[in-house]
Amino acid sequence: MPAIPSHVPEPSRTDPALIRNFCIIAHIDHGKSTLADRMLQLTGVVEQRQMRAQYLDRMDIERERGITIKSQAVRLPWAPTHDAGNPHILNMIDTPGHVDFTYEVSRSLAACEGTILLVDAAQGIEAQTLANLYLAMENDLTIIPVLNKIDLPAAQPEKFAEELGNLVGCDPDDVLKVSAKTGLGVEALLDKVVAEIPAPVGVKDAPARAMIFDSVYDSYRGVVTYVRVVDGQLNKRERIRMMSTGATHELLEIGTNSPEMLGADGLGVGEVGYLITGVKDVRQSKVGDTITSLSKGATEPLGGYKDPKPMVFSGLYPLDGSDYPELRDALDKLQLNDAALVYEPETSAALGFGFRVGFLGLLHLDVIRERLEREFGLDLIATAPNVVYRVVMEDGTEHTVTNPSEFPEGKINEVYEPVVRATILAPSEFIGSIMELCQTRRGTLLGMDYLSEDRVEIRYTLPLAEIVFDFFDQLKSKTRGYASLDYEPTGEQTSSLVKVDILLHGDKVDAFSAITHRDQAYAYGVRLVAKLKELIPRQAFEVPVQAAIGSRVIARETIRAIRKDVLAKCYGGDISRKRKLLEKQKEGKKRMKMVGSVEVPQEAFIAVLSSDDGGGSAKSKK
Amino acid sequence: MPSALPDGEPVPDDGALPAHALTGAADRPLGFYLHVPYCATRCGYCDFNTYTATELRGTGGVLASRDNYAETLIDEIRLARKVLGDDPRPVRTVFVGGGTPTLLAAGDLVRMLGAIRDEFGLADDAEVTTEANPESVDPAYLDTLRAGGFNRISFGMQSARQHVLRVLDRTHTPGRPERCVAEARAAGFEHINLDLIYGTPGESDDDWRASLDAAIGAGPDHVSAYALIVEEGTQLARRIRRGEVPMTDDDVHADRYLIAEETLSAAGFSWYEVSNWATSTAGRCLHNELYWRGADWWGAGPGAHSHVGGVRWWNVKHPGAYAAALAAGRSPGAGREVLAEEDRRVERILLEVRLREGVPLELLREEGLAASRRALGDGLLEGGPYEEGRAALTLRGRLLADAVVRDLVD
Repeated sequence: MPAIPSHVPEPSRTDPALIRNFCIIAHIDHGKSTLADRMLQLTGVVEQRQMRAQYLDRMDIERERGITIKSQAVRLPWAPTHDAGNPHILNMIDTPGHVDFTYEVSRSLAACEGTILLVDAAQGIEAQTLANLYLAMENDLTIIPVLNKIDLPAAQPEKFAEELGNLVGCDPDDVLKVSAKTGLGVEALLDKVVAEIPAPVGVKDAPARAMIFDSVYDSYRGVVTYVRVVDGQLNKRERIRMMSTGATHELLEIGTNSPEMLGADGLGVGEVGYLITGVKDVRQSKVGDTITSLSKGATEPLGGYKDPKPMVFSGLYPLDGSDYPELRDALDKLQLNDAALVYEPETSAALGFGFRVGFLGLLHLDVIRERLEREFGLDLIATAPNVVYRVVMEDGTEHTVTNPSEFPEGKINEVYEPVVRATILAPSEFIGSIMELCQTRRGTLLGMDYLSEDRVEIRYTLPLAEIVFDFFDQLKSKTRGYASLDYEPTGEQTSSLVKVDILLHGDKVDAFSAITHRDQAYAYGVRLVAKLKELIPRQAFEVPVQAAIGSRVIARETIRAIRKDVLAKCYGGDISRKRKLLEKQKEGKKRMKMVGSVEVPQEAFIAVLSSDDGGGSAKSKK
Repeated sequence: MPSALPDGEPVPDDGALPAHALTGAADRPLGFYLHVPYCATRCGYCDFNTYTATELRGTGGVLASRDNYAETLIDEIRLARKVLGDDPRPVRTVFVGGGTPTLLAAGDLVRMLGAIRDEFGLADDAEVTTEANPESVDPAYLDTLRAGGFNRISFGMQSARQHVLRVLDRTHTPGRPERCVAEARAAGFEHINLDLIYGTPGESDDDWRASLDAAIGAGPDHVSAYALIVEEGTQLARRIRRGEVPMTDDDVHADRYLIAEETLSAAGFSWYEVSNWATSTAGRCLHNELYWRGADWWGAGPGAHSHVGGVRWWNVKHPGAYAAALAAGRSPGAGREVLAEEDRRVERILLEVRLREGVPLELLREEGLAASRRALGDGLLEGGPYEEGRAALTLRGRLLADAVVRDLVD
């Protein structure tokens, strides 16, 4: 084990030439955390926090209190083996890992000059890692391919080194082989980070410009903002300005993580650290924004900033209407730490009071829904996710529709829907079924490339609305789980779209209204009407269930009136049982939602809104 | 397996009741239900608390035997006397049910009745009924019962069709129940009931009409007609699940009920409870009316339920455990519940709505009243009685009684 460097450069006084900023791209379970732990140990950061057990204890308490314990960026001192007298500073930056958060990933990558591509030597590269690898390549990052878990009996380092070599464009022999578990090869990896990843380049004397790559709410300290300084220097107690909003704040604290937050005098060119300004809401400290000094600040922000824009909307309603205030409070709390989460109150005749919530994508929706249910103990009904439509009327007026039931009536000139460029990676044997799926989802083939002999990349333009239904599930099932999907919004297109309403006993059920392509409207209507007939119990009167476009009914089923609802026998020994049954039925009745005069069990709403064929939340997209 | 008992609080060893249970008792009639938990064979649809010789073998030993069953049950009647203390009421009705009461010797039934007479006294016009299996009675048996004080008898006829009886595992031959009626008349029984079941898998509308006609032709003054309930855990439920016999649709049950109402009224019967018809007020089963009108009754025997002044309790189910408790001088009560005011109100609504006279509207709260007006508008309640302050079901309402109750109790 090399000696821990003794004269480590301090924050704000570190020569950029000694800094290496990098992240780790890895599939879940491929050993990213273990590798990070090993790096903390090898670089002596572990010793600084002394007893590991103690440290973990503290983390548990923090976890109980709901504080984010993830280390967004850790400063690691490392003296390369061949140059022991010359300690460097390695900044390891964490990245989120999903298609919904591509923008956040891109900002994390933009804070780095290089990345470690970490792949399990027993499994090879997973399709989902590729999207982030390509993103890193687009950002011109230096890629260091690494095979992990080479100590496993099932490891096939030669085979997967070949694959990585092809992907990254390097000699398979240059692929490092490590075991994060035993520490084997990790020193060599750290040396390689120093040797291969370029040092950051910035203008020391220029006005300060720092890019926010993450922003986390901490209930004790307010928002902790993670930055990478590009030019100039940020100093303690200085007043700063957020360039996208012009808002100014005082730097209450600035520093680095190793891995706990450690205050410093400032951060200089190429350095990575955190700052605290006392703001309470991550929307005041937006990922991608540029921070500069208030006096003599920069005039040009760094490139690449985007406002997070919700792409998918869903109505969230508490199962029990009296939970509405709890739902509102929970959303307020989640928003503190999620700049992309937007919501506004909404009332549904069928579901009561709730919120229309906007999400970056389906995973984002699932994560939020799950957190609302788990962390806040709420039982929710979520309406089928939908996208944002732009409707231009014949008289030129324009409507933005985020809720299908608000789709305008009257003479419509054009309807615009968002489209995405979807990239699908899969073994080539599935090309046929993938193309078939994309065609039925109104896709347009953009192109196709073989990544290797048996792996192909297929690119399609698809309406986003077609993806927010059960596209991912279908894709997975048609490719036995091998395909991965990545998509990015590319604009909008006009389409022949109509709103299909569902009527129960003549009353519209707003929660079931859907906007579909005209060609799919009939199938949607027939399917939903049949499903509702199955799910809604027979009522005291006959209930027609209809699907309609405007006033034109396109599908109809009838729920026959119930004729018998009486127990034949009720004698002495039956009375207690019968009263208890009645109490149970009354409970069940409370859970019924009235649509006009029709009692609809909540289970029916849940079943229709969450089932694949009703068009619902993509539960399995993880 | 017989169906499960409800959950409740424990019954004290001496069976003592809370003091309030006997408040105002003098104004309520008192009845006795005597349970006989034995059958020759178990019918496929039955989930009652009854046991065949095979089922009992090795489980309760001598204690569960039917040979000394009458003595054991008489022990409970004596316990009832102690628990009810100086309650002066004579017993208004006695009903022996099962199981198959007529598996016991007629003398056993008479002795059990005798114990009630000795301990409590019988009212002059007491109604004393036993259930009877058409296969297990003969004129001598009936004479013994009649002489011993029984004046009403109820035969399990179920159907006049052999193929229907077979699905129900009933062993008697068609025609036998009708002859039983004649024998009972000859023995001097004043009131005779025939039990019928409709909606058995495989039964047609015509089969059902034939059963009704046969029952009416035998000349009882009371008919009970029950839709077959397929209880979980019964042989029939398993056969239906396996697809061996078809499940009867609710709409078919509704049709059969309408046929029953039409046929029975044409023959001079009129309904007085959802599943019960009688030729006159005197022909009604007074004992059952005690259940439906919240009166007091003591249910003796394994698994029997009792109700005295808002306290319901139920005995342990197994004949062996039952006999053991009594032998040790303990109450055989397994659990009980003391009904809250609201429970009693709800029970009154759910029971009385099933009666021809209906529920007094004054039992309903505001929401229930609003619901009753809707039910009236929907044709589920009769207009005439409603104006007199009672929610009484129409024919269609009888078929939807449970749905009506759910709204009325609001």
